[in-house]
Amino acid sequence: MSRISGCLSTLRASGKKALIPYVMGGDPNPLVTVELLHAMVAAGANVIELGMPFSDPFADGPTIQLAGERALKAATNIQSILGIVADFRKTDDATPIVLMGYLNPVERMGYPVFCEAAHAAGVDGLLLVDMPPEERHLVAEHCDRLGMDTVFLAAPTTVDARLESIASSTQGYLYYVSLKGITGSGALNVDEVADRVAHIRSLTDVPVIVGFGIKTGEQARAIGQCADGVIIGSRLVATMEALADKPDEIPSAIGAIIAEIRHAMDTPA
Amino acid sequence: MTSTLTTEQAKALSALPDASGHFGPYGGRFVSETLTHALDGLTADYQRLKNEPAFQAEIDKDLQDFVGRPSPLYHAERWSAGIGGAQIWFKREDLNHTGAHKVNNTIGQALLAKYSGKPRVIAETGAGQHGVATATVCARLGLECVVYMGAKDVKRQALNVYRMKLLGATVVPVESGTKTLKDALNEAMRDWVANVDNTFYILGTAAGPHPYPMLVRDFQSIIGRETRAQSLEKIGRLPDAVIACVGGGSNAIGMFYPFIEDRDVRMIGVEAGGRGVMTGEHAAPLSAGQPGVLHGNRTYIMEDENGQIADTHSVSAGLDYPGVGPEHAWLKDSGRAEYVAEDDEPALDAFREVTQREGIMPALETAHALSYAKRLAKTMRPDQHLVVNMSGRGDKDILTMAEIDGISF
Repeated sequence: MSRISGCLSTLRASGKKALIPYVMGGDPNPLVTVELLHAMVAAGANVIELGMPFSDPFADGPTIQLAGERALKAATNIQSILGIVADFRKTDDATPIVLMGYLNPVERMGYPVFCEAAHAAGVDGLLLVDMPPEERHLVAEHCDRLGMDTVFLAAPTTVDARLESIASSTQGYLYYVSLKGITGSGALNVDEVADRVAHIRSLTDVPVIVGFGIKTGEQARAIGQCADGVIIGSRLVATMEALADKPDEIPSAIGAIIAEIRHAMDTPA
Repeated sequence: MTSTLTTEQAKALSALPDASGHFGPYGGRFVSETLTHALDGLTADYQRLKNEPAFQAEIDKDLQDFVGRPSPLYHAERWSAGIGGAQIWFKREDLNHTGAHKVNNTIGQALLAKYSGKPRVIAETGAGQHGVATATVCARLGLECVVYMGAKDVKRQALNVYRMKLLGATVVPVESGTKTLKDALNEAMRDWVANVDNTFYILGTAAGPHPYPMLVRDFQSIIGRETRAQSLEKIGRLPDAVIACVGGGSNAIGMFYPFIEDRDVRMIGVEAGGRGVMTGEHAAPLSAGQPGVLHGNRTYIMEDENGQIADTHSVSAGLDYPGVGPEHAWLKDSGRAEYVAEDDEPALDAFREVTQREGIMPALETAHALSYAKRLAKTMRPDQHLVVNMSGRGDKDILTMAEIDGISF
């Protein structure tokens, strides 16, 4: 069983929900990120999604695009992201890490080279936003051999037949995109999400984690009632944007948000 | 030089894309799951409508009465004689309503929007030509129109921005990334993901995720079909070569596609060499890039050593794009079409020369194709024939030319 599946099934067995923060690696510079990851784990994060910057992130909103631009400006590339993961692993061998990004930088590095290096650094899963399940063959052989999970997205517009094939392709968890739009979009309709997640769970046993539009502890707790966990991204990234010229303060500020959301999720309504 | 492909190979090329939108290893659909449903819906709507007589009849009528088709095939006799080689002909897309080939595609896609019941249209634009063509058709059909345009381009192309506003469109300046065409395309995709229920995205070039490269090619192929028939009529045979400029590649694929199986007709795409392909400051992914994934398809792209999309340069805003339509990528690899690059300077020379010898002011994009046509014609005999796609007229470029000449108004 992969580190991701192990972590999520332990949580499920104990009735707890996964809190998965997303941050952009190298934002505002690669030196900050390792300390940030440890701070998030200490505050109650269960799995970490670590963004790899791309110049043209068309599925993301302006907040995450700007984070990518800050990271690129600090000369962040895949090698430095993998360096961050390897550093993190020196003192944390338990928390699963999923790399999230776009296909082209990975393709440029070369799929076998990338997969080997990511595995060696301690990466557990891969979520490439513009690699649909139909294109999983690009990494399948290497990920399967190394035991690295490939995580796929489902959207509110995904039809049932496709949902079933996504559920059977995804590994670790299924990332349910909670709204029509991009990362950082507004209005989250919790009841609608609950209906969809219940439907997805009737089709598959794979853990369902919900992301996009979740900003508050209250929302996280409400989503936690129906799903296996939540992903918090844009709120953290926006906080990091505000602290971009005071990077030393980022780990504690982000840690505080994670602790607040963790507390809300673990407190009965 | 004649294509070395067999008849069967050429036939197989023109049967593409396959059901999943691939042209050989290129094309496809590399998008977030959030877009899949919209693209599936678009593919289904198009498959259903393209054989519907009422839909086709409406396109044909608009192309004739609104756009002014067929566009003439014009013999540039004085320019050809001056060069002293092959006869050069212009396919006059510059005479279309709105001044370029772009409208062929916006007519088709806007009617798709209408027939599929989407009241709101969005588009991306670089220099503004596709934005103007989209705003024009939306005005006529009564569709709401929102055009995304890089903030840098909004400044550079103030006249076209105002044209779009006069036509009733909303122009949204895009402040992200390099603030140019590729960022406008990213932003249009984001809008579409959020508003897919009531919104149709009219993509302007033969790139993007499946089905767009096929859709745009099909609507632009009227150029090559007319050219083929007009060549038989006016030259008495097919031309020796057809030449078109390539940014995203929509005018070129429209010219090339109907000639794919005519293996004796060379197909030559001309990219923007900018300050010179050797300088790195250009927009020539087919000539100097490598395969990668950008904007939902696999194709030749310009990138840095980390796979980040590179900045491009061209004197012509319409060619200033780091990718290219996937069908061109496959036509290149399969050897059916050839791709070359012309730098800023010779393109500007060709602009002036054709303006003064023929009384036709080409768009700066088109000037790249003209510059190569001149080079090639010199090596050929007077009984040979080249057709250049005169993809657009140069009125929009007058301020750019004036600036180069040091004139301000």
